[in-house]
Amino acid sequence: MSSGLYNTHKNDFDTTLDLTKLKPYGDTMNDGKVQTSFTLPVKDDARGEEAARQIAKKMGLEEPNVAFHQALDKEFTFYVVYGSCVHSVNYEEIHVVTVESDVMSMEETNEYIQKNIGRKVVMVGASTGTDAHTVGIDAIMNRKGFAGHYGLERYDMIEAYNLGSQIPNEEFIRKGLELNADVLLVSQTVTQKDVHIQNLTELIELLEAEGLRDRFIVVCGGARVTHELAKELGYDAGFGSGTYADDVASFAVAEMVKRGIK
Amino acid sequence: MESKLNLNMELVAKARASASKIADDVQEFIDVHTTVAVERTVCRLLGIDGVNDMDVPLPNVVVDHLQERGLLAGGAAFYVGNAMAEYGLTPQQTAEKIAAGELDLAKVPVHPADEVRAAVDPIVNATLERINKNVGQRNEFLNEFGDKEGPYLYIIVATGNIYEDIIQAKAGAKQGADIIAVIRTTGQSLLDYVPYGATTEGFGGTYATQENFRLMRAALDEVGKEQGRYIRLCNYCSGLCMPEIAAMGALERLDVMLNDALYGILFRDINMQRTIVDQYFSRIINGYAGVIINTGEDNYLTTDDAITSAHTVLASQFLNEAFALRAGMREEQMGLGHAFEMDPSVENTFLYELAQAQMAREIFPKAPLKYMPPTKFMTGNIFRGHIQDALFNMVAILTGQRLQLLGMMTEAIHTPFMSDRALAIENAQYIFRTMKDLGAELTYKDGGIIQSRANDVLTKATDLLGEIEELGLFTTIEKGIFADVKRPKDGGKGLGGVVIKSAEYFNPFIERMKGKVAAE
Repeated sequence: MSSGLYNTHKNDFDTTLDLTKLKPYGDTMNDGKVQTSFTLPVKDDARGEEAARQIAKKMGLEEPNVAFHQALDKEFTFYVVYGSCVHSVNYEEIHVVTVESDVMSMEETNEYIQKNIGRKVVMVGASTGTDAHTVGIDAIMNRKGFAGHYGLERYDMIEAYNLGSQIPNEEFIRKGLELNADVLLVSQTVTQKDVHIQNLTELIELLEAEGLRDRFIVVCGGARVTHELAKELGYDAGFGSGTYADDVASFAVAEMVKRGIK
Repeated sequence: MESKLNLNMELVAKARASASKIADDVQEFIDVHTTVAVERTVCRLLGIDGVNDMDVPLPNVVVDHLQERGLLAGGAAFYVGNAMAEYGLTPQQTAEKIAAGELDLAKVPVHPADEVRAAVDPIVNATLERINKNVGQRNEFLNEFGDKEGPYLYIIVATGNIYEDIIQAKAGAKQGADIIAVIRTTGQSLLDYVPYGATTEGFGGTYATQENFRLMRAALDEVGKEQGRYIRLCNYCSGLCMPEIAAMGALERLDVMLNDALYGILFRDINMQRTIVDQYFSRIINGYAGVIINTGEDNYLTTDDAITSAHTVLASQFLNEAFALRAGMREEQMGLGHAFEMDPSVENTFLYELAQAQMAREIFPKAPLKYMPPTKFMTGNIFRGHIQDALFNMVAILTGQRLQLLGMMTEAIHTPFMSDRALAIENAQYIFRTMKDLGAELTYKDGGIIQSRANDVLTKATDLLGEIEELGLFTTIEKGIFADVKRPKDGGKGLGGVVIKSAEYFNPFIERMKGKVAAE
């Protein structure tokens, strides 16, 4: 009995959407279908395939189907597995922390600063720690910005300093003080073994140790950063992929006004 | 080669002439300077290796010792050779005595230049012989197995642990990779020394050390023999230790080195005087060791826009060519770089990419061009990413790129899994096989989008080089014309390590290696 991709025999589940029992959707409501791929450090044979199937079951995938397997080396095999996820979540009870600020355009932000702060806002950004990638911080700060969103350097009312990559946290703080920054922007692009969390935590710890945490609005960003993670680590906000300079600028200036910083 | 682009060859000649003048201008600066990195490299080539009890590499110990005494201007080879002539020590013994505080090179009676030269000559010969043997060995492998036609499949390993890297590299080689690059740990380019020994800790990459080079070389030779192919090893000859890495690579038979004249200045904020002197010696060594260098123009496009700044890539290729020629390197070793980095949401960018790649092919016909995959517009949507990589591979096979750094669908998510590499190799092999001769079948429309784009980029690059010729290279970089990055002439890291040579300056390796290739 194959449980292949075109399997339709097991249709005895309730197909009405119930947001308290949310499941992945393949082509039928509540079918729970997911795809996953992984490598096992074993040779490519029937036993390895069974191991992949059992791993999938332990992940909560019913009727796992090993759609594809290929040796990557003598003792390494790649598997693509499909299955039906047995788990569900209660969507109704999920609350996510997101950045709550109205996103303003560059012109609106400039006006907002003029009206509410009355001077240029200083923002200092860097890719800190061991991270050599400037893609993230450049996308936010460089004049030309990214995907049609102008960068902070282009904002008339923002004095933006992009320190580049591999800036140690100590140096970053020192520069922030020297430039009289209102806002510190930290970017973490590519990370390995969660070094970005270590590094982000260290910055907050250093700021706290020096009694400087409240001196700055501190914001982090990067592909693997979420607002929730950022809050957890002690940041004022976190910006993940799909966010741009206007998101960051809008949040930062609104936060300054909220805190009464002039 | 038949031109598909109808390029204005007068402009090409003009651009090349400008680049040549710019390089000559800079060469005058290079010729009268040396650096701590250059002198540490001389120490390494004299066989000085190991660390002192504080883990400071002995080449650093010797060079710091000389610099503290104001002797660096004469060259490490002179003072080490002088101690050899006086005491009959080997260079290694000399370094160890300095490390132990038992020898002060400032107090050694100065011997005449010919005696110093006679003392170091046998050592220089032995080093050159070792490099000759390495090149001979590479040639032997290539004769035995043959060399691949078409693009070399070039992959990166980056686990941080050399032993884990070896597992990944061997798997990659078996899947079909032709070049394995061991990416360096982030931060190494700013170290003013090369760590010692095998290393198992690194972030986003693995330390470049001579022992790590040796371990990986042995592993790739082993898997190469098994596969009946020569697997090339690549590392990063950049940063504050640029020429030292070149020397280590020559001693351990690396085949490919990232080695850009301007990259460190623009992207690592290394002082421009330092980099420009360092790159010269590193290229002399790479040239001698038969290494293919990779230049870093692709990096411009990660910070600058690939559509509007394409001409800076071409201009930089001309400059890298000019600098490499001045270091005596052959065109066949110049892996000039560029990248597939145009915004996929813009119409006809595939045509522009094609124009750019074909243009590089026609302007630098002998250069084994290095082509870098999309990174900037990789989003985490691995499925679209795999297609972007496929388009990149198509441009490569249509335009005869040689060093194809394979794109990973998981770019921007994590350092590659073993399976990511396997899928990338499969992608490239599929396209290179099924479209092998498509390029030869195609001609581009006269005055069409592709031809016009190429000529437009060429015109702008020629104008830019003309401008740089007026300003000089240093001022150009100060103004932020490359990659939209501004660097002051006296700013950045490593300026303290730049020294004006004295009239007695002695560097036997420049004399013996420049413009030559080992074992020929």
